[in-house]
Amino acid sequence: MDVELLARIQFAFTVAFHYIYPPLSIGIGLLMVIFESLYVKTKKEDYHILAKFWTKIFALTFGIGVVTGIVMEFEFGTNWATYSRYVGDVFGSALAAEGIFAFALESGFLGVLLFGWNRVKPWVHLVSTIGVFLGSMFSAIWIVVANSWQQTPAGYHIVGEGMKARAEITDFWAMVFNPSSVERIWHVWLGAFLAGVFLILSVHAYYILKGRYVSISKKAFKITLIIATITSLAQLVAGHASAEVVAEHQPAKLAALEGHYDENAAADMYLLGWVDQENQEVTGLAIPGGLSFLLDQDFEAPVTGLNAFPEDERPSQVNAVFQFYHLMVAIGMFLIALTLYASFLMWKKKLFTKKWLLWVFVFTALLPQIANQVGWFSAEMGRQPWVVYGLLRTNEAFSQAVTANQVLFSLILFFAVYALLFLLFVYLLNKKIKHGPYEEANDEDDDRPLTKEISEVVTG
Amino acid sequence: METILGIDYPTWWFLVIGGLFSGYAILDGFDFGAGAWHLFFKKELNRRIALNAVGPVWDGNEVWLVIGGGALFAGFPVMYATLFSSLYIPFMLFLIFIIFRAISIEFRGKEEMLWWRKLWDVCYSISSIMLAFLLGVVLGNVLQGFAIGENYQYTGSGFFEFLNPYAIMTGVTTLALFMAHGAIYLLLKTEGAMFEKLTNLLQKGMIFFMVSFAITTLYTLLYIPHLSDDFKSAPVLFAVPVLTFLSIANVPRLASKKNYKLAFFFSSLTISLLLVLVAVELYPNLLFSTVDPKYSIDVYEAASSERSLGIMLLFVAIGGPLVLGYTFFVYRTFRGKVKLDDHSY
Repeated sequence: MDVELLARIQFAFTVAFHYIYPPLSIGIGLLMVIFESLYVKTKKEDYHILAKFWTKIFALTFGIGVVTGIVMEFEFGTNWATYSRYVGDVFGSALAAEGIFAFALESGFLGVLLFGWNRVKPWVHLVSTIGVFLGSMFSAIWIVVANSWQQTPAGYHIVGEGMKARAEITDFWAMVFNPSSVERIWHVWLGAFLAGVFLILSVHAYYILKGRYVSISKKAFKITLIIATITSLAQLVAGHASAEVVAEHQPAKLAALEGHYDENAAADMYLLGWVDQENQEVTGLAIPGGLSFLLDQDFEAPVTGLNAFPEDERPSQVNAVFQFYHLMVAIGMFLIALTLYASFLMWKKKLFTKKWLLWVFVFTALLPQIANQVGWFSAEMGRQPWVVYGLLRTNEAFSQAVTANQVLFSLILFFAVYALLFLLFVYLLNKKIKHGPYEEANDEDDDRPLTKEISEVVTG
Repeated sequence: METILGIDYPTWWFLVIGGLFSGYAILDGFDFGAGAWHLFFKKELNRRIALNAVGPVWDGNEVWLVIGGGALFAGFPVMYATLFSSLYIPFMLFLIFIIFRAISIEFRGKEEMLWWRKLWDVCYSISSIMLAFLLGVVLGNVLQGFAIGENYQYTGSGFFEFLNPYAIMTGVTTLALFMAHGAIYLLLKTEGAMFEKLTNLLQKGMIFFMVSFAITTLYTLLYIPHLSDDFKSAPVLFAVPVLTFLSIANVPRLASKKNYKLAFFFSSLTISLLLVLVAVELYPNLLFSTVDPKYSIDVYEAASSERSLGIMLLFVAIGGPLVLGYTFFVYRTFRGKVKLDDHSY
């Protein structure tokens, strides 16, 4: 295998693995802030316990996020040296801002958040929790700004030629607010919230089903469900806004998302389908002219197709982009339906009477994770063959000085270490969930009065 | 060229990076140093105390690495890209060990079995040692220079070219420095028999450092002449090595007086002064080419545009005091001896 392919595999693998964790930290962070604020306001011990419990799980996701994040940062230099020289000037200020305003805020308050429960006043601790949460939100802003600049470059000019060509910043705010950044930040934030809140819903649904920590779990579940419902609905709006930006600025990607080849025909919107790349046909279930309608409110409006672009300026893996994108959308729709239905039951005070629904919630924790992953895969693969859209090709961006053997060596090491890291994560998560929210394992005291409640759950 | 106080932007950024790397070396330095001593403690309780001395801060310390790396990427993209792609293997090993170290810290306390804890103790200590060593190896390669050819491309070959005699020397010296520094940090965090044992370990650590530092310095003066150019052209810079030696000498003096707080200050100061020394030796270059001096990369060639640097310097001016503020707040909250509680590792 050549260096380019190996470097791409390594980047995809390490970034996909990394992206399991920061979204969890952001989403759990949001609920930590909510639980702890409720505690500081109401002084009810339950909220304190919830805040502490989820902080422990947050610590786990945050820790893995940091170490796998260092890998990403180094990998730009080790594997993508040409790219790094090319974009350094533009990314520079975004990364510097991330480091100074986001990471330092997070790490500064992290020690107090994790270990300071007994050492500082409750409100000081709450401030630390908010500091860490805001830090993680800011961090998402800057990294999405940097990525959005790769999708829709703005505020730069090109200096130098050949191997020494690079983009230099001309207008900082135009770079930060490049055409896609605002919509994409919302989209990413909401995706991160979903990853966190559905894990919380899953764990508390599991407790309720198993008859452990039932009363506190019901409280947590209700609060989190409200956030989950709002977030799922908001994601529909943010996702649509993102798609409109793609339509305007990255027409080749949009065409790939729906497998639309015809240069100037109206485009359908598929619910599911399969792209036959050779014959340039999609078989599947579609709303005829649906994409045209979404973009122009007209079922007949023409949409630029893939054939409008030369072969070497459009993504080659159209079916993969199509599938990833549709899976993401399907999951988004499912989450809306699920949370609306559950909210309706909560309103009718029947939320905890349906055992099957709680089981659905237990497993739904995986879905936002999958949606986040495939969403990024479609965004990044849809941008190909470019690493910076229209400016720098992926096959020109990797390190010329690095050999295939070196990349293969590190790739194998990463497979091994990340497998161990993932095992660690699952093991520790399981252990923390089994241990439960209370400091002392006082299961008996906790369970006895609840056996009545669980029998109500089971019998309806 | 735009300047602030008569100093141009690339040079300012060089100073900022120097500050960040000093901060990182001081913080993760005691962290790695403490880890390197880990197996010298035989009792389970002592190992737990040693681990929890760095428990609340190691994650935050590593964020300095993220910031330092980001600052390098941002301000000197050409240097960042060339350095990281040329020293591919040591950087990859560094990443692997940093993950291993984090895994060890997290895994260790989660099971009671003796073999389990011993396994992770060994992992933790070896990765701490390797991390300190690898940082020194990278530094040694930067000081000595490596094969940079046209278009900033590395023209060296082989998996293990980074592991040359000078790099090994700087690697060992860095490890020794961090071990002495880490021992002082642990002295501030422990009591009783463990404290007594550490006073003894600190002595060993300081001797280890003095010897390896002397050898490395001698080698540098004899075999790497380009590093003393700046001293010849501006003799006033000679103050830097003098101050460094004084600061180093002050550490055992304060340690023998049992004034460990001040000793920690001076071992931190020593780390920054050593980096100032490195900076003086390098400037205005960042990377030396052993192929041809014309391929060496200096701060001006490596730097981002003035506009970009100007924005970043503004960020540093606003954010720097904030960062120092939170760091101070955290260390104040956890000052004093280690107390194990439910939240400990």
